[in-house]
Amino acid sequence: MNATMLTLFGGVFALLLLASGVGFILARRVTSDAGRATVANLNARIKAWWLMVGLFCVAFLVGKTVTILLFALASFYCLREFLSITPTRPEDHRAVAAAFYLFIPLQYWLIATNWQGLFAILIPVWAFLLLPVLAVLKGETQDFLPRTAPIQWALMLTVYCISHAPALLLLQIPGYEGRNFLLLFFLITVVQLSDVLQYVFGKLFGRHPVAPRVSPSKTWEGLIGGALSATAIGAGLWWITPFTPVQAAALALAIVLAGFCGGLVLSAVKRSLGAKDWGTMIEGHGGALDRMDSVSFAAPVFFHLTNYFFAVL
Amino acid sequence: MIADLLIGLTRFLVGGHPRWRGCLPEARQRIYFANHSSHLDTIILWAALPKPLRRTTHPVAARDYWGASALRRFVAVKILNAVLIDRSGVDDPLAPLRAALDQGHSLILFPEGTRQAAPLPAPFKSGLYNLARAYPEAELVPVYLTNLARAYPKGAILPAPLTCIVNFGAAISHADGCKDEFLANARAAVCALAEG
Repeated sequence: MNATMLTLFGGVFALLLLASGVGFILARRVTSDAGRATVANLNARIKAWWLMVGLFCVAFLVGKTVTILLFALASFYCLREFLSITPTRPEDHRAVAAAFYLFIPLQYWLIATNWQGLFAILIPVWAFLLLPVLAVLKGETQDFLPRTAPIQWALMLTVYCISHAPALLLLQIPGYEGRNFLLLFFLITVVQLSDVLQYVFGKLFGRHPVAPRVSPSKTWEGLIGGALSATAIGAGLWWITPFTPVQAAALALAIVLAGFCGGLVLSAVKRSLGAKDWGTMIEGHGGALDRMDSVSFAAPVFFHLTNYFFAVL
Repeated sequence: MIADLLIGLTRFLVGGHPRWRGCLPEARQRIYFANHSSHLDTIILWAALPKPLRRTTHPVAARDYWGASALRRFVAVKILNAVLIDRSGVDDPLAPLRAALDQGHSLILFPEGTRQAAPLPAPFKSGLYNLARAYPEAELVPVYLTNLARAYPKGAILPAPLTCIVNFGAAISHADGCKDEFLANARAAVCALAEG
């Protein structure tokens, strides 16, 4: 497996080298001010990609625990970005603290100990019920639902949904034992390349916005070009998965569409909270949640499709 | 080193990055005055200043809280460089503040006097006015701390990791006009930073 992994990461690093080369040439050629800003942002994004890919590479090669920790940390930063711009009140402090200090560690601990049954219900059942209880004990009824619901949303999206990516390591797929890391690689590669390719196609050919008020940068040209090419790449990666090429293409398409919806929905959430970016943590990209928004929708969809059609309990 | 550790931990938990909106971090005598909503305010605001400025900037902290145990006193006095004041008001409570200003140092002041749960500050107490009158050469810089009331409200055991931002505004003019007018202006300058 490690040889396959090295080949795959070799490919990703080659791709990044190519991107950095293109970015370098573009920076020398560009003349207009608007173009300069776009290229500067592009190069900042590429630089951040090096760091993110490097982190993933190290985590994958070290093993399961570090990979789970990496996703737990990603959940932590995403939840923090979400709740930092959510108008909760001081009375919600206990619910907010429980989301961070109780449910993030617990959810990822359940993955680390292979407790799939509780993993699936911890947040939708137990956290869903517990969080409003913690808030109601403070006795403040004003805006109770508008205060409580976003905490539940935030925990669902940034912890429960994102944790389905490392939970792929739990699936028992006959004939695929010990290779689940490759499934996680497949998911992350397809979902992130889809984002990148949608961005590239959108910049090159984008004319018709899909939802101009929600996300002015998402265009039909970007979506179709990005979705088709990311699906093709997913199909081309069939040999690292338990799927046939056609199945791999179908699952990649599901990942791409779910990821697109995630980007759209979270963009609407962000705007309804009055922000343009979730944060400033990753230069060029915005916040961590700007990078993980598509993962939060794609991970559960891919997890459950794979679980239903390919895994045994 | 303990200071770096404390600042690192605070940064990881609640961020607290500075946004210099109306002035720049300059080495001149200043009285920073801010809204007060949590015990982290003192650390966050002080840590938002560049390191060279921290040496000559003293947060003003209440003796009844920060002097209550040996550990708190150590953190306040040795690490944060704080001056402790008596809120009971027996002697002249501003005396230690004047001593710091007389050396040409800067102060961090929370003029509400006590922590507030609401996003906007309560009316200011008169200490800021008296200091402004006595030290006309010190710049009066309003500061607004976001999110701290939610991150670490009164009575909470642990701070929740919500990102806080330290907004530094433009210096306000010195006490021309009556006391109430000056204090209302000072409070309005802090409130104005709460938007945007």
